[in-house]
Amino acid sequence: MLWLAATAAAAGPAFEDTMAQRLLACTGCHGKDGRAASDGYYPRIAGKPAAYLFRQLRAFRDGQRPYALMANLLAPLDDAYLQDIASHFATLKLPYAAPPPSRVDAATLRQGRTLAQQGDAARGIPACQACHGRALSGVGAHVPGLLGLPVDYLNAQLGAWRTGARRAEAPDCMAQIAQRLQPQDVNALAHWLAAQPVPAQPISEAPGPAPLRCGSMDGPR
Amino acid sequence: MKRALAGLVGLSFVLAAALWWLNVRGDGDMQAAPVAVNRATLIERGAYLARAGNCQDCHTPRGAAPYSGGRGIPTPFGTVYSSNLTPDAATGIGAWTAAEFRRALHNGRSRDGRLLYPAFPYDNYTRIGAEDADALFAFLRSLPAAVQPNRPHALRFPYDTQLALAVWRALYFRPGRFEPQAMQSADWNRGAYLVQGLGHCSACHAGRNALGATRDPAALAGGLIPLQNWYAPSLGAQSPQPVAALLQRGVSDSAALLGPMAEVVLHSTQHLRQPDLSAMAAYLQSLPQVEAPHARAAVPTPTQLQRGASLYETRCAHCHGDDGQGRSRAYVPLAGNRALQRDPPANLVQVVLGGAFAASTAGNPRPFGMPPFATELSDEDVAAVLSYVRNAWGNRATAVQALDVQRWRSSVRP
Repeated sequence: MLWLAATAAAAGPAFEDTMAQRLLACTGCHGKDGRAASDGYYPRIAGKPAAYLFRQLRAFRDGQRPYALMANLLAPLDDAYLQDIASHFATLKLPYAAPPPSRVDAATLRQGRTLAQQGDAARGIPACQACHGRALSGVGAHVPGLLGLPVDYLNAQLGAWRTGARRAEAPDCMAQIAQRLQPQDVNALAHWLAAQPVPAQPISEAPGPAPLRCGSMDGPR
Repeated sequence: MKRALAGLVGLSFVLAAALWWLNVRGDGDMQAAPVAVNRATLIERGAYLARAGNCQDCHTPRGAAPYSGGRGIPTPFGTVYSSNLTPDAATGIGAWTAAEFRRALHNGRSRDGRLLYPAFPYDNYTRIGAEDADALFAFLRSLPAAVQPNRPHALRFPYDTQLALAVWRALYFRPGRFEPQAMQSADWNRGAYLVQGLGHCSACHAGRNALGATRDPAALAGGLIPLQNWYAPSLGAQSPQPVAALLQRGVSDSAALLGPMAEVVLHSTQHLRQPDLSAMAAYLQSLPQVEAPHARAAVPTPTQLQRGASLYETRCAHCHGDDGQGRSRAYVPLAGNRALQRDPPANLVQVVLGGAFAASTAGNPRPFGMPPFATELSDEDVAAVLSYVRNAWGNRATAVQALDVQRWRSSVRP
């Protein structure tokens, strides 16, 4: 719609013809190199699994993850480019700054740690570690790491899973789990997760078989 | 008194008959057999034409089965939902005949005779030839059937009534056909056929009146897309070669198609054959260029320009250059850029707030992006930086006001 027609196309100074240059549109909010500032809302995207990132990009563009800014920005892009974008950020393995000090009391943090490491069998809540890995740094190509994310972002995502605003392919395991969480569980988890340092050596394996079947782990369709 | 009453009754009958006639004329021969051509060829031709018409975009909600319908088209009168075009017999067009499909395209009536809403641009499609209509029908019938009941429109009274629609059609819709101009070249005529018909360019590039009818659709003089708040500019008098290349690639050294038009490039124009793109460009070149009238002659204040300059230096110059010169094949130049100096500056506000990518196309598979500044810049900041770039490096245009930014900030994109 922007019918830009200039009279002269000047030869600008040399610049880098790279993916990083192309994706300045992303790093404006997600931070330099997609690393994200720990005090902001926008999540880090660097180093997350490529298949996970691709799935999220497609979900934003196609409306399964409702966020108008992302949907409009990605609307003119095809799957091939979304795949390239996902691969670019997935290959960035960057050191992370120490997490900010937590603003909540020790009891809340303990509750968060218990849920993340052990879950709550009585309520059918599996431990985060069971799928997201021993170090919570993600497993394989589809399961994202949970560390290095801002507390507000974690809160908003767990909330969105609970209300159904964020969805994944059926069976939607995260929706099932989030619906078993109370608001205070969400708050405790978000604060504990946001307070954990990102491990220098991510341990990309789950302690055992996944406790629930997840449509999003079946590979792209 | 009795005679007056009888006269009144008579007059209402005449009006009703006229309204009825105005709505059924142009139905065409409902018994007509479809054009007999090799079916595979017809389907292939229909698939191409469906690209040219970008049918899939409106008839597919984001992430749903292609052509299964249900995408909401926001209008000032409420939301119109597109229909299921797959060959499912109960919920799609599986039970339709080719003649019924032609009537829908040419005269805006559904299989059961109901009047269709002109969000489905039958005021353009009435120019589609019968053979092309049959090809589109054959293509749609070849798709996998999706069971997806049509969603009722969510329109306000009285726009939700067939009577209102009948009156609207009597006022604004004339069934017609494409009449080639003997004085013009075959190329020009092909371009006119695509632009006026399937391409339905006037749906955005002609302004609309208070009742949503396009104003002088043939002139393509430009208009603000209601609710989306992108300005679809005048298409006349563009040099044909860059236009054809731009429709195919989505970008050129000096221009980029962004916003809703980038989606049109992604789904439609990049897939069109070179001769068709050239024909469309040749036709557009013959249209007069129309500059939107300046709503007001606001001149930016020195304070606003100063603020804009310092914002430009920190946020924009890295990519667009210290002198607005841009970077070849990546970032459009701002110096001397005509689109930048156009009124209303709605598109500039949208791009600064929401960021933008050009379409990924075969010729430009990995476009360079611009970040969104919606969360970072205030309405005043956006107005200042735009007023600055519209008046730097020899550019000259009216000031952008913070009020414009605020007005366009909350836009609806389907």
